[in-house]
Amino acid sequence: MKWLGIALICLFAVFLFYAEGDMAPYGDISSPANLHVSPDYIERSLEETHTPNIVSAVLADYRGYDTFGETTVIFTAGLICFMLLGGWKRDDSQTS
Amino acid sequence: MIAKHHDLIVSMSCRVMAPFIFLYGIYVITFGHYSPGGGFQGGTILAADVILLRMSLGRKATYKKFPPQMGLILGAIGLLIYGGTGLVTVLAGGNFLDYSYLPFPGLSPSDRRYYGILCVEIGVALGVFGVLLSIFDSLTKEK
Repeated sequence: MKWLGIALICLFAVFLFYAEGDMAPYGDISSPANLHVSPDYIERSLEETHTPNIVSAVLADYRGYDTFGETTVIFTAGLICFMLLGGWKRDDSQTS
Repeated sequence: MIAKHHDLIVSMSCRVMAPFIFLYGIYVITFGHYSPGGGFQGGTILAADVILLRMSLGRKATYKKFPPQMGLILGAIGLLIYGGTGLVTVLAGGNFLDYSYLPFPGLSPSDRRYYGILCVEIGVALGVFGVLLSIFDSLTKEK
């Protein structure tokens, strides 16, 4: 069972390294993201959102759905901590 | 586990610094449009301020102002503010989280997006503040 897990991890690593060859090099100015999305944000974010900080505009406006997911993840983490560490008052006289 | 700190200098300096740290957290949240900052960072500063008070003054003194149930409730309120902003834009006829459809009268669409970003940052800040506080309270609560 242990060797099966190690073999699965190695297989997954091979897949990751194989897929990594298709990614654009870091900082490549001719990659699709740098040709379409980034110039669009840099040129139009100020007049579209009146927000000088492009990072804020991208984080909360253009990529607002991602940030919603991040906030949900953080809230879920807090909820799980609360439940795992015994946040609820357990009343044993009623449950038994 | 968390009790009042016996050193007078520590407790007094924390009491003096705490309101200014809280103010700085609010500044980081609301000034995120113009400088580095925003909801996540500002909410973390607010939570760090309350945790500093808990560790220096003891829990009993701070539970009056910041009760341990407050954390998760604030987190849920923050998440509701975020989701509610998205739902309002849907009800106003736009896409989910398309702030240019927010019903602020007399504003251009770009100004509406500006204030939409502000609403969302406040929601994120409340969420992060409440959740960090709740995790700290869960870890340090008495049996």
